[in-house]
Parts: sequence; structure tokens; C-alpha cells
Amino acid sequence: MSQAEAMQAEVTRTVSPLWTFGLLRSELVTTFRRWRTLALLAVLAGVPILVGIAVRIETSDGSSVGGPPGAGPAFIAQITNNGLFLVFTALAATLPFFLPMAIGVIAGDAIAGEANAGTLRYLLVAPAGRSRLLLTKYATVMAFCLVATLVVAVSALTVGALLFPLGDLTTISGTRISFAEGLGRALLIALIVAASLVGVAALGVFVSTLTNSGIAAMATTVGLLITVQILDQIPQLHAIHPYFFSHYWLSFADLMREPVYWDDLLKNLGLQAVYAGVFGSAAWARFTAKDVTA
Amino acid sequence: MAPYGSDDSTMTEEADDRYTGRRKAARYVVPVAVVGVAAATIGLVPAIADSGDPDLPEITAQQLIDRIAESDVQELSGTVKISTDLGLPDLGGLESSLGSGAMGESGDGSSADPSAKLMELASGTHTLRVAADGPDRQKLSLLENAAEYSLIHNGKDVWGYDSQSNEVFHGTAEEQKDEQRDVPATPKDMTEEALKAVDDTTSVTVDGTAQVAGRDAYRLLIKPKQSGTTVGAITVAVDAKTGMPLKFTLTPASGGAAVIDAGFTQVSFAKPAASTFDFSPPKGAKVTEEGEMTAPEEHTERAAPKSEDELAKDFEGLKVIGEGWNSVATFDTGGEGIPSGSEVGGDFGGFLDSLGDKVTGKFGSGTVFQTRLVNALVTEDGKLYVGAVTKDALVKAADSGK
Repeated sequence: MSQAEAMQAEVTRTVSPLWTFGLLRSELVTTFRRWRTLALLAVLAGVPILVGIAVRIETSDGSSVGGPPGAGPAFIAQITNNGLFLVFTALAATLPFFLPMAIGVIAGDAIAGEANAGTLRYLLVAPAGRSRLLLTKYATVMAFCLVATLVVAVSALTVGALLFPLGDLTTISGTRISFAEGLGRALLIALIVAASLVGVAALGVFVSTLTNSGIAAMATTVGLLITVQILDQIPQLHAIHPYFFSHYWLSFADLMREPVYWDDLLKNLGLQAVYAGVFGSAAWARFTAKDVTA
Repeated sequence: MAPYGSDDSTMTEEADDRYTGRRKAARYVVPVAVVGVAAATIGLVPAIADSGDPDLPEITAQQLIDRIAESDVQELSGTVKISTDLGLPDLGGLESSLGSGAMGESGDGSSADPSAKLMELASGTHTLRVAADGPDRQKLSLLENAAEYSLIHNGKDVWGYDSQSNEVFHGTAEEQKDEQRDVPATPKDMTEEALKAVDDTTSVTVDGTAQVAGRDAYRLLIKPKQSGTTVGAITVAVDAKTGMPLKFTLTPASGGAAVIDAGFTQVSFAKPAASTFDFSPPKGAKVTEEGEMTAPEEHTERAAPKSEDELAKDFEGLKVIGEGWNSVATFDTGGEGIPSGSEVGGDFGGFLDSLGDKVTGKFGSGTVFQTRLVNALVTEDGKLYVGAVTKDALVKAADSGK
């Protein structure tokens, strides 16, 4: 009920343009204080730790990472050269499933969860308007995308720095860049990965406006995610693959080429913008016209 | 009604309901419109960007060929897209799994071996990056999913770096030269190969102009005059300013999609950064020196590449029948030939039969293996006939060679 209380406190204030930020702040605080959110972030932070320790143990006798070439997440062979590569490996390992699943849980819960708990109508009592409430919810989900990605990246960087050497790194094109530039690219990659999740976040918020059950919205979003990931693997459907939100996700690796190969990166960002536009406006159409009974 | 959602309208309840009903439906126009705008953008932008064929001064085919020959582009960097469709089943995955299985056991092979890696170009669509700065510094990178294979020639060193397996191959330039020439990867290499074949059996014309990678280009059309070859036509787009071939397309006589389509999608004739050609093996990478590569060849599991090598050794006994586009290479493999399916029997025999067609002629009988471009006839007495010719022409060549 904390957000309802927060809302009531806010209502007493006069409406100002900054009001939206008050709403956003209270949304952010509510979301990031939930045990569920913290548990999701803890799981995400655990992935790089597992990968790092596994690679460290396997290569402790001086051998390279085993298995046939191409097995395992991208960049895994380079981790032993440079701990910074653990950031890229961890993002490549979490992006196909862990990250979007966490987003699906938060996004699916955004509207339907409030409706489920009976708090949605209290939120709407506040003179914010439905569009603004929806926008705030979406902004909160996107903030979670960014925080979740950064949690993975920072955890990976810490583990990488503890277990492996750092220093100048070799790009996948074979050229060398300084560690500072490598860090810059890691940050850029984290931002691109966060932006890659914008589409699935919009989809989740839209699904969330369709139902009054938070669980149903989360399950639908995660189910859609799995379906799309499976369809993206079926070669016979290659004609429609470029339209799947997950199709260009791993293009963030192109930032590690020298010079950077932008084609797929830009396609990915464009596709995410289209998904955000389509499902964001569909969520708006649905939510602003919906009868809120709970 | 929701707590929020009432407006200042003074209409009656009923009219209000109908109004809001229509207004509710109208909201869904927005997402539909977004889809429409996105679809239109995807569909229209390339059409607008394609400003049609450029106007260039007339030029004869001979002048254009001379211009290609004179072309002296020393510095360039760009992206090349190569699509190859030989009509072979996609063996890419199978091949690499066989290869890695063998390598995993022997532990001696290197996935950074350039000759093995560049053979991947033989099927599917690939994106390459090329950079060159004079005769001593070149770089060729094969872009893969979240990985890259780079072949860097800098001075006397030739480095191969496979980022996926973090393996490095090191050789020296002199020894590498021939090997690199085996696999033409850029439109320029391919054009040179094609122009070698130009003689009186070929018609060469200039077929208008085109725009390739944002540059104005002439289209050179190379067509065999003879019948019996599987080559339909070769089109080369030649950059009007530098005479550099930018796009190479080979269409089969049987029609359909191009067998080879290689072209720059982006090209720049500026000097690439010097750091592009600098390479030192990353810490922890496995470095294989040239000459250490023989071990996996002896491995029995790599039966297919091995037999290819053996065939290559037999190239000394190579004879060419016919001329121009209809030339058929023939040599005696010295072996028993490929047994027919019935001889082998069982499932494997059926598999062999399904790969080729049985043919008979004056030469005896044999099996024809067909692709969309190159056909091969293996006779039962172990002779091999290979050429970019039709099945009938192959049989005729075998008859005459008898």
C-alpha cells in the first residue's frame, strides 16, 4: 500500500510540471524496494560470478577454455586474456533469457499488478491522468532495464578484475585498444543492451494493460519471449526473423569490432523503437479507454 | 466509470457513452498508424535512396577492360557481402563439427588456419571487411556472430586470428602468397579470374551503368558464346573513377538466383589507419606457426579434406579437354573410382546414389555430381572430369577423351 499512501501525500500538493517526477520517483522507490526486484537483481548479479569462477577453475592449469569452438556464450575464450571480456560474456549470456525475463516480470506487473492488488484506482485518484501514469510506469520499467544491465556489467567487471588480469585488450578484429577505451566500449555495450530491452518492456506493459492478473501478464510476456526466441531459431522462418524483437540482440558484439560495424546495431535500435512505438501506443489506447474496477 | 476519465462534456449519459465508445476505438488508430509508418519507411527509403542508374560517358568494352587492368588502387577499406549458392546442401555446420571433433582429439589443429577458414565462403552469405594499404599491408576479416576471423598481412608477417576460439595462426608472407590467391574473396580477384577466360569464345559488352556502394559504376557483361556451359553470364560493376571492380555477379545458364554475388556495400579509397594492420597475439591465445598444420591432415576422421589433398597432388596429371568456357579438366585419380551404390549396398549405397546421377557412354559408365555451376563426372575406372559445363557436355568430353 505504500504507493497509495505516497499518492495521497502527493495529492495534497499543488499540481506542477514537476509532479510527474514526484510520481516517477515514488514509482521507482516502490519498484526497487520490492523483495521481488531485489531477488531478480541478485540472480542477475550471480550469473557473471558463476561464469567467472567456472572459467577460472577450468583454466587454472593453464589450458584454454575447453569445448568445441563456438560453444558457450560469445567472448568466453577471451576472458582469460582480459577480465573486461567477462562483462561482454556475461551480457551475452544473460541477454537472451535472464534479462528479458526479469523485464517481463517487472513490466507485466506494472499495471496488472496494481489492478490485482486493488491499488490501481487509488493511483488514478491522483490528478495525474492515465497517460501520465502509464508513461511513468513505462519509464520505471525502462529504468529497471538500465539498472538490471548495469548490475550484470558491474558484477562482471568486479569478478573479472578479481579473477583475471586487466589491461589493453584485443578487439575481435585483432586490433588493440587501451583499457580506458575498453571500459568506454563496455559502458556503451551496457547501454545498447539496455536499449535492446525497450521493445520487450513495451510489449510487457501492453500485456499488463490487458488483464487484471499480474501473474497472467508476467507469464504471457515471458511466454511470448520464449516463443519468439524459439521461432528465431527455425531456419524455415528466416523471412520473418528480422521482425522479431530479439533478432538483433547479440549485435552489441559488433561494438567490439574495429572499426565498429554499425549496420545491425542500428537495425536493432530501430526495431526496438518500432516495438516501443507500436506496443507503447497500443498500451496507451487500451489503458486510457479501460474500465478500471479494481 | 473510472475515477479519472470523465471530461468536461455536458452531453447526456447516453450520447457520452456512444461518444466515448467511438473515441476509445479511435485510440487504436495510433498503434496501427505507427505500424504503417514503420512499414512505409522500411519499404520506401531504399526505393528513394536508389536514385537510378547514373549518367556516365559512353565507353567501349575494351576501354573498360583496359581501365580495370590499369586500375591501381593501393589504399582502400570497405565491406563486401558475398552470397554463394552452388546448390549444394549446406554442409557448413556438419563440416565444422567434423573438423572440431577431429581437432579436439588431436589437439594440434588450429581454427585460425586461413585455408580452412576461407573455404567457409564457398556457401551461404558472408560479410567481409577488406582494408589495404599498398602491397605489403592488407587485412581481410570475416564477420561472424559475435566473433571475427581476421587475416592480416603486414610486411613479412601473415597473421590469422580467430576471435571465437582465441587462436592465432602465424606464417610468413612468401609462403602464404600462393595460398591466398587460391580463394578469390573480393570482386577484384573474381573479375581477374573471369577476364583470364576472355577469348574469342566470349562476348564482352558494356551493359549500362549502375550504382554500387554509393559510387557510379559501369556494368561489364561477360557472356559465353558457346552452348554447353553452365555459366549464364557474368556481370561486373566497375567503378567509373578508379576502374576498380565493385560488384561481381555470376548467374547460371539454368536461370534462378546468382551462383556468386559479391559486392562492396561500403567502400572508401582513403588510407586506412595504420593500427588496422598492427597485430600481436593477445595474452593467453594459442599460437600455431605455419608448418605445424600437418598433424590433423593425417587424422582419419578428416577423410574428406584428406582425399581433396590427395586429388590436389594428382593435379600434375591434369589434362584439359575443349576450349574456352567448355573446357573440362580431367585426370586419373589412380583409384578405383567411386563404387556405385549397388556395389556398396545398404544405406550408404543409397546415399551415394542419391548424390549423383548414373550416366553411361562410350567411355563406360560413371556418376555425375551436379551443382548449379560445376559438374563432375567420376567414371568407374577412376577418371575424373570436372568443368563448368552441362551433364551432356561432360559425357561428350569423356567420350572424346577416351
